[in-house]
Amino acid sequence: MRFINLLFFLFFISVLQAKQIEVCESCAIKSIKDAIEIAEKGDEILIKTGLYKEHDIIVSKSVVIIGEKGVILDGEGVGGIFTFEADNFTIKNVKIINVGSSYTVDYAAIKVVKAQNFIIENCTFESVFFGILIEKSKKGIIRNNKISSNRASEASSGNGIHIWDGDKMEVYNNELFGLRDGIYFEFVKNSFVYNNLSTNNIRYGLHFMFSNKNEYHHNEFRNNGAGVAVMFSKYISMHHNKFRLNWGSASYGLLLKEIYDAEIYNNLFEENTIGINGEGCTRINYKNNSFLRNGWAIKIAGACYANIFTNNDFMHNSLDLAYNSKLNDNKFDNNYWSEYTGYDLDKNGIGDIPYRPVKLFSYIVNQTPEALVLLRSLFVDIINFSEKVSPVFTPDDLLDENPKMKRINDSI
Amino acid sequence: MLKILKYSFYDLMRSRWSYVYFLFYLLLGFVLLFLNNDVNKAVITLMNIIIVLTPLIGTIFGVMYYYNSKEFTELLLAQPINRSKIFMGQYLGISISLTLSLVLGLGIPFVLYGLFKSTAIFNFSLLLVVGSFLNFIFVALSYNIALSTENKIKGFGYAILMWLFLAVIYDGIFLISLVMFNEYPLDKFSLVATMFNPIDLSRILILLKLDISALLGYTGAVFRKFFGTNLGMVLSMLILVFWVLIPIVRMNFKLRKKDF
Repeated sequence: MRFINLLFFLFFISVLQAKQIEVCESCAIKSIKDAIEIAEKGDEILIKTGLYKEHDIIVSKSVVIIGEKGVILDGEGVGGIFTFEADNFTIKNVKIINVGSSYTVDYAAIKVVKAQNFIIENCTFESVFFGILIEKSKKGIIRNNKISSNRASEASSGNGIHIWDGDKMEVYNNELFGLRDGIYFEFVKNSFVYNNLSTNNIRYGLHFMFSNKNEYHHNEFRNNGAGVAVMFSKYISMHHNKFRLNWGSASYGLLLKEIYDAEIYNNLFEENTIGINGEGCTRINYKNNSFLRNGWAIKIAGACYANIFTNNDFMHNSLDLAYNSKLNDNKFDNNYWSEYTGYDLDKNGIGDIPYRPVKLFSYIVNQTPEALVLLRSLFVDIINFSEKVSPVFTPDDLLDENPKMKRINDSI
Repeated sequence: MLKILKYSFYDLMRSRWSYVYFLFYLLLGFVLLFLNNDVNKAVITLMNIIIVLTPLIGTIFGVMYYYNSKEFTELLLAQPINRSKIFMGQYLGISISLTLSLVLGLGIPFVLYGLFKSTAIFNFSLLLVVGSFLNFIFVALSYNIALSTENKIKGFGYAILMWLFLAVIYDGIFLISLVMFNEYPLDKFSLVATMFNPIDLSRILILLKLDISALLGYTGAVFRKFFGTNLGMVLSMLILVFWVLIPIVRMNFKLRKKDF
């Protein structure tokens, strides 16, 4: 025990001994590179206000880098700016602009390689290629950053926060726009993404690939090229997010592809071409979500099993549900459908006749996409009505036995 | 011709139906805007109504007016007036009064609800232009039918059938052919097929101007590529003009030979 106390004591002493290195134009140390050169483990580097034209700064020591207000690092479009290859580092209050772009090298404003316990906070990144690029790292916190770019095409742009092979990361309170993907996770596990705002990105607001056991909540994804994509992942929890205005011929609020055992609840899907597009989704619970004014609220392609939709609101969508296979064991129960025309004689808040969410027209459109040209034609209304009265083509067993009479999730 | 036009016009204005029609649109406009207060959304709902109802009303009015004023027309024919002038006057009288009811009936509530401040003004004016075209087209078509059919009941029957065909059955055949020939590339076909039906053409023209066009996917992209350009817009307007002109030409042709 005494030995451990001694260790603690020594540790504190070493912390106290950590020195501060100042960088400014009139200081002894004029560049960040020089400061890092002389720094030792645990030192703090304070960058004074000013413009620094530096790039390819490699940090292989556990240091704390703090910028004063008004610090700008200009990469002049040449290459990456910081590369961290050490554990326990912190970087904050730095503004980085003009990261170089390349078709062969992933230049980033901050690149982190094989690090643990690090914090990246209060930084601003403008016209970057990649914003924060993290490889093979653990236990990082990325918060309160603002990342933006102005690239035109998917090929020439990078991602805002890109994590490749990570564990126990936390990404929160960030703002991302004008990038390729706002946040990109590949082989990341046990991580949290919350309170982020991801808008106007060329491709996805958020993109998960092969990333299991993650949770994202209270984020807002707006006006992105294709929406949010979650692919090839297991045990993901998505809740209290807002997917809005992802509108275009190949856009959707949320794309799910090869997803198993996910929980999707309390989300808002508003004015997306397709609210949720699911392919190969199994054992997913959709609860208390609101689908407002989407083109399709939910579009389910093949190989989706054991999905359960309960207590969701489907309001004023052009088509509530598109479904292209007859076989299914997906369940709809206790949802509110704005197009439900049934009655509730016993006044228990649940409609007395079941609701069939798949209309004949959406069934036909699935078979023959060209038929969409007839959207809002009188003929289509007539066949939908006759199909509703006596279903022939649409799957018999696909119905909501207990449709709610009133909207459920008013507060979202 | 102008005199007869004026006569027909005033005749219709004096009759109750023009007012009923006008009041109907006025009420519709106010109720729609009262219910959702968003000019943009109201335009979409209105489209559904206009592309179904305007042709129907045009057809019925046209046939009814022809048969009702037949005696007076015969009296006029006894005078030294050019036949085509008489009928063109009547035709324009009906079409213009119907169009006026439509434009004023919908225009007044929308203007009162701040249309000029809204971004929907272009969509709304397109809607009115298309609605007016549909009026002119369907009155002309129904006049043709009435001219060719002596029997009142038959004439009415044919006119309603024509409306039913263009509004409903045509789309049915269209849909069936799309499903049947699923394996072939169908975008060009559907483009041409919409051209041959003024109701479909109007619907697509308006749909493509609204956000909802993103739903149309690949076919929509082909359509938008065509209609989205100025050329496409001009071309489709031209087709609507043809839809007015061809029945009128046929009407005049028919008139020359008809034995009253």
